[in-house]
Amino acid sequence: MRHAILTAMLLAAPPVSAEVTVIQNATIYTVTKGTFRGSIVIRDGKIADVGEKVMTPAGARVIDATGKHVIPGIIDAHTHIALDSINESSVSVSSMVNVAEMLNPESISIYQALAGGVTVCNSMHGSANSIGGQNVVFKMRWGADARGLIYDKAKPSIKMALGENPKRQGSPQGLQIPGLSSPQNLRYPGTRLGVEDVIRDAFTRARAYQREWKDYEARKARGEKHLPPRRDLELEPLVEVLEGKRLVHAHCYRADEILMLIRVFDDFNIRGVTFQHVLEGYKVAKEIAERGHYASTFSDWWSYKVEAYDAIPYNAAIMHRKGVLVSLNSDDAGGAELMRRLNTEAAKVVKYGGLSENEALAMITINPARQLAIDQWVGSIEAGKDADLVIYDKHPLSSYARVEKVFIDGRQYFDRDEDLSRRPKFEAEKEGLRKKMTDQQKQAAPQNRRPS
Amino acid sequence: MRKNLLAALAAALLIFAFLITAALAETVHWTAIRDARIVPVNGPVIEKGTVLIRNGVIAAVGAKVDVPASAWIIEGNGLTVYPGLIDALSTWGLPQAAQAQPAAAARTAQPQQAQPQQQQQTRSWGPRDRPGTFSWVRAADQVQLSDARLGQARNAGFTTAVTFPRQGIVAGHGAVINLGGKTAGDMVVAPDAGLYLALRPSGYIGFPSTPMGVMAYFRQLWLDAAHYREALALYAADPVNIPRPAYDRALEGVLGAKRVLLPAADPVQMERMLQLAADLKTPAVLYGAVRGYEMAARLKQTGTPVILNVRWPARDRDADPEEEESFRELKIRDLAPTSPTALSQAGVKWAVSSEGLETPRAVLRALKQSIDRGLKREDALRALTLTAAEIYGVADRLGSIERGKIANLVLADGDLFNDSTRIRMVFIDGVRYLPEPEAPQAPGAAGRAPSLSEEEEQ
Repeated sequence: MRHAILTAMLLAAPPVSAEVTVIQNATIYTVTKGTFRGSIVIRDGKIADVGEKVMTPAGARVIDATGKHVIPGIIDAHTHIALDSINESSVSVSSMVNVAEMLNPESISIYQALAGGVTVCNSMHGSANSIGGQNVVFKMRWGADARGLIYDKAKPSIKMALGENPKRQGSPQGLQIPGLSSPQNLRYPGTRLGVEDVIRDAFTRARAYQREWKDYEARKARGEKHLPPRRDLELEPLVEVLEGKRLVHAHCYRADEILMLIRVFDDFNIRGVTFQHVLEGYKVAKEIAERGHYASTFSDWWSYKVEAYDAIPYNAAIMHRKGVLVSLNSDDAGGAELMRRLNTEAAKVVKYGGLSENEALAMITINPARQLAIDQWVGSIEAGKDADLVIYDKHPLSSYARVEKVFIDGRQYFDRDEDLSRRPKFEAEKEGLRKKMTDQQKQAAPQNRRPS
Repeated sequence: MRKNLLAALAAALLIFAFLITAALAETVHWTAIRDARIVPVNGPVIEKGTVLIRNGVIAAVGAKVDVPASAWIIEGNGLTVYPGLIDALSTWGLPQAAQAQPAAAARTAQPQQAQPQQQQQTRSWGPRDRPGTFSWVRAADQVQLSDARLGQARNAGFTTAVTFPRQGIVAGHGAVINLGGKTAGDMVVAPDAGLYLALRPSGYIGFPSTPMGVMAYFRQLWLDAAHYREALALYAADPVNIPRPAYDRALEGVLGAKRVLLPAADPVQMERMLQLAADLKTPAVLYGAVRGYEMAARLKQTGTPVILNVRWPARDRDADPEEEESFRELKIRDLAPTSPTALSQAGVKWAVSSEGLETPRAVLRALKQSIDRGLKREDALRALTLTAAEIYGVADRLGSIERGKIANLVLADGDLFNDSTRIRMVFIDGVRYLPEPEAPQAPGAAGRAPSLSEEEEQ
């Protein structure tokens, strides 16, 4: 039933849009500029003004948020939602594929995430490859087409993975597909050593490819006639990584392999990498922080595989205290189950590790924004930033809190009361269709009957 | 002297011309379909008129047509003449493709059977291995008259199909074929209908294993083809200094593609495919479009034609009666048959495929459902004839009843879309075919032989 109703939302009318909106008398958690009671003015999709006392422009739509709580839209740095395919697992370097091509704007996960206060997410390629595919950052602009969802200000990025997932495809024990785990189908690498080798080899090839093009351009500039190098869609994104034009999100668990990858990045001069999951990050937090790399982890999820055994719920807090920029993510794929309650995930770092409420909120707002290089526009409530806002009825870190309204680019994309009030209409419409189908079937029945 | 020579030459020419005419005259076959209702598609209906066929080509159409005395007369009283129907996306004429189809459909049901086949495949490790690529395969080289489905198709009024090979992901070039002839070569009207692309990944074996990988592969393949073309051009200009590029049949096949056929069931997939076609710099024809009713405006805007799958979604006959269907499913099922109307109203070029239907005749029944929901009969007919010909660039020869076009005709005893209407005969290249019994045929039977004249009939 619930699924049916949510599906019905797909066909809902586009959300209300107003030129100027003012959210008044709310408790505002700006995340970067403190928490206070005040108002937010939204104009042309941006936060025009925020403060304890702000002028309400004439003719503005006023939302009285007395007793309510407003936070910046939640940002999830690691999901796989709304993708029609996630894992091009056939090859160990699948950098030629881009999950943005598979973004499905009709996926109900988008609406579920929206209803949980998430406004931006990084939906990523899977972790079956040492170097995976290209990722996509999008906003939950429910109702828009794929191109309309994509947040084009976000820097492009690529997925990488270490450990069990990428090496599993190279081991007969790991690749448990009957008939297929024969030697000729196994994929290199089958060990953690091999994963490092594949990564080093790929970046070495990318360097050679980069040089090949530079040589060609130089010859062309001298007026020599030559065939340009063959364009290689596998190596092009890796050249972008080398040139600092593309971010890396590296799936990892164990401290030893995190250190390995840090050394690889040192050798290729790759900066600003976000280590994903990074459950043993607390053991190597100093090393991560020194290089200016980031960490995106779970609050208290572990032991789901051998390499995830040595995890502790204090991981986020310890890494944070050691100077690592930390975010908390959902890793949701099938539906937006954890994603729609990331606020309570953040609350756990207050319990485990004793971080402040603001530090906790930062881990699901401004910190992931920094990791995705979009903090200039989203992640906190400041004048000039995108008006991505969530209104809760209670303290956002409380497990009793409910999302009441969500704004993206100043447009209201979710309203709990509206959602609830629409349901009977959809239910009636659906019932009508069902009856129509049954009647048609009855009419067609004699012709459908098969000879006995 | 000079004058005499000229005169002699002129006389010789005259005699020569006479001989040629005489030789031609001997082989002229005239057929006239008289007193029939004629629906030419490109113009108004002729309530009582004649179609005159000369050697397989329409020579004249009209209420008053002079019929040569030697013509074989078909009494058309009570019959309606339509242009031969065209299945715009088919495997007719390609018997191997027909066998491949059900195997692919049963993939999930029979995993044990599928595996040995898969193991025979060579594992692909990336785009350079050209996975699932058959861009050099041409349906025109593979069509066979022995395909038993040709008779069934003719029984339903189809005279033409655009038939595509179906193996792999770059399946090969389709051909516009007539569904009859004396030799396989006779069937082919146009050998370059377009390159059929599928987004069917390899499963777990090799690259690409996902639709996402398939799309990345298409991009790389087209880039490689462009690179190959550039290399060939540079070599042609300077064979001394530029190394000779190795011949590559896969890339030759890509460069020869007039258009690509891409699958698009819904608006999401449509946007993906439009973007892909734009990136490949190749005109696209989309096929499928079960949610065509939502896609019309965008298709019109981009000028993209679509081959509509008219197997309207229906509840599975064996579905669990307790199973609750989603609002979305119900809505799609309800609205799918309105897709033709939406496409016509928007001015999108659309044609029809019988793929997935039990019989070719079911195409007409499916379109009748759309007619019952507001589709104009003439729009339905146009999709089955002239529009299909336009999409594939053969409208100069097929798709309507007018002078100069190939004499592919259907003679029915009523309106084509009425269930009680029977197809009485079809003409393909001016050759008449009578309906065959629908019973399954003996293996290898080519069906009833075509007849050229009345005598052969007796």
